[in-house]
Amino acid sequence: MHNKLSPFLKGVLVVGFLFLYIPIVSLIVYSFNESKLVTVWGGFSTKWYASLFANEQIMAAVKLSIEIALASALAAVVLGTIAGFVLARFKRFPGSTLFAGMMTAPMVMPEVITGLSMLLLFISMQQLVGVPSERGFITIWVGHTTLCMAYVAVVVRSRLLEIDQSLEDAAMDLGARPLKIFFVITLPLVSQAIASGFLLSVTLSLDDLVTTAFLSGPGSTTLPQVIFSKVRLGLNPEINALASITVLVVGVVVLLANYLMLNAQRNRDKAIAAAMRESGAHS
Amino acid sequence: MVETVKQAAASAQGAPYLRIANVVKKFGDTTAVDGVDLDIRKNEIFALLGSSGCGKSTLLRMLAGMERPTSGKIILDGEDITALAPYDRPINMMFQSYALFPHMSVADNIAFGLKQDKMPKGEIDARVAEMLDLVQMRKYANRKPYQLSGGQQQRVALARSLAKRPKLLLLDEPLGALDKKLRQQTQLELVNTLEQVGVTCIMVTHDQEEAMTMATRIGIMSEGQLLQIGSPAEIYDYPNCRFTAEFIGDTNMFAGPVVVDEPDSVEIDSPELGSRIHIDHGITGPKGMQVWASIRPEDVHLDVVPQAAGPNVARGQVHDIAYLGSFSVYHVKLASGKVVKSMVAANHWHENSITPPTWGDTVYVSWRPDMPVVLTR
Repeated sequence: MHNKLSPFLKGVLVVGFLFLYIPIVSLIVYSFNESKLVTVWGGFSTKWYASLFANEQIMAAVKLSIEIALASALAAVVLGTIAGFVLARFKRFPGSTLFAGMMTAPMVMPEVITGLSMLLLFISMQQLVGVPSERGFITIWVGHTTLCMAYVAVVVRSRLLEIDQSLEDAAMDLGARPLKIFFVITLPLVSQAIASGFLLSVTLSLDDLVTTAFLSGPGSTTLPQVIFSKVRLGLNPEINALASITVLVVGVVVLLANYLMLNAQRNRDKAIAAAMRESGAHS
Repeated sequence: MVETVKQAAASAQGAPYLRIANVVKKFGDTTAVDGVDLDIRKNEIFALLGSSGCGKSTLLRMLAGMERPTSGKIILDGEDITALAPYDRPINMMFQSYALFPHMSVADNIAFGLKQDKMPKGEIDARVAEMLDLVQMRKYANRKPYQLSGGQQQRVALARSLAKRPKLLLLDEPLGALDKKLRQQTQLELVNTLEQVGVTCIMVTHDQEEAMTMATRIGIMSEGQLLQIGSPAEIYDYPNCRFTAEFIGDTNMFAGPVVVDEPDSVEIDSPELGSRIHIDHGITGPKGMQVWASIRPEDVHLDVVPQAAGPNVARGQVHDIAYLGSFSVYHVKLASGKVVKSMVAANHWHENSITPPTWGDTVYVSWRPDMPVVLTR
């Protein structure tokens, strides 16, 4: 066993972990601070959690952010899957290079530019056709969907390139038509990629500040916007409480997902091993 | 009505079940399949044999409908299927990777094709059970493909491709994914199943042993063309070109001009051999024509005692010995540097009370005048 780490490696490991987790730990600790000053410890208290839940502005922003995240992720998954399928499975068509480029553009373009160009689009659309009548949920939703579908398309495309294309050929050979093959064979095979694309989209949308800043209107403030504006006015322990809850929720979700995936993998490995043993016994 | 009468008349004359007529497939500038003509009889197992990139897989994909021929026609059982979509063809294929749907059970995999035909549920269940019995996989019906070994997956793939009772079954490197020991065992098992069902079958393989064991007839493909079609024995004993002779089995090839051309014998001058090759039958071709003589290693005699100089005899040194159990292959280097292979049975030396020659020993190779096969291309 070469599990013994040299003192140097151990030291590096400890420094690395401290670097990563001290900010988060201190944030959680200070969320239970009695004092109004973020940097001065004034005794244990949970009052900031209470005041957080009483803060209607923050609660409204949380609700709006979650709604936008779910709606954007849903739209991004549908559009991104179709786009990823086209990128992976269609032979070259006129404009296919342009399409591939436009598909990945939201990922590589600075968000400021994406946001600004969308803002300009919505303003001129409003002047020309009167839709959208104001900036708010719809405009943010469209903006986030554009951003997220690029990520979904990339994830789905790479999964599609991974899976054996003869599976789709076999379905066609057995009499299934292309549309049916897509729903009965292709979609189930990329379902994991779609699920991870969905989670990625939710995260991206929840976290997005720059694009949102361009596309939000007076009545629609998302959570990152609220936090950002509050931090500008001076740190507030309520934000610490909010951040701690976020860390808790994300941590639980990640651990749960890891556990489920590990479990599935373990069962699969067991089944394969059993099949091997059996065939070995037969021959 | 006239058509059906014609068809009936045609089949009565023993018209082929499948006719591939002058099929060409081009991908841009490259020609993958270059004017293939092939007739397949009903219930035969035909093997397309060739190295990778020879066009055999493209030809198979055109039969399945995955590729459209650039020109030419494919006619199956009197029906022109050249332009038919894959899902409308009465043809099924067993893929090299088996292509079992990983998210479906064995039974669902087999039922997939039947469901596409909107077959009533009861009939589907009966057919699936029948297929599971055929390949002896009944107790694995509810397993997922990843819970099966390679050999079991191959049997499920076979069952799935036979479930719709196709007029033509295509096998793409049917046993290529199995290890060697399992492959040999499965070859005969597969042939038995195919004969039991009675299905017309075209398989593609690069493994000559697989083709020789399984097929009733073999077609040798190279660079998009069918070079020779025949039974395994015909192709081995009477290759019609150098490619076939060298591709199927092992051979010693000598090039040279025809120097004696009698009605009942010919002699070929071979500088590499250092003497002439005498053949005891005539060939069609003028004197002086450049030809090749192919002699199989098992037809080359190896002697340690000096042989009289003359045609069909050469002296050389043992260069290498490949011991293969029941026989050995001696590589004999001639004065010209040419290496001649001779296959000697393991008990040959012992039975004749001769000390086996070893590396560097002087030996004599020779063959009977009826052994060389003369090739003109």
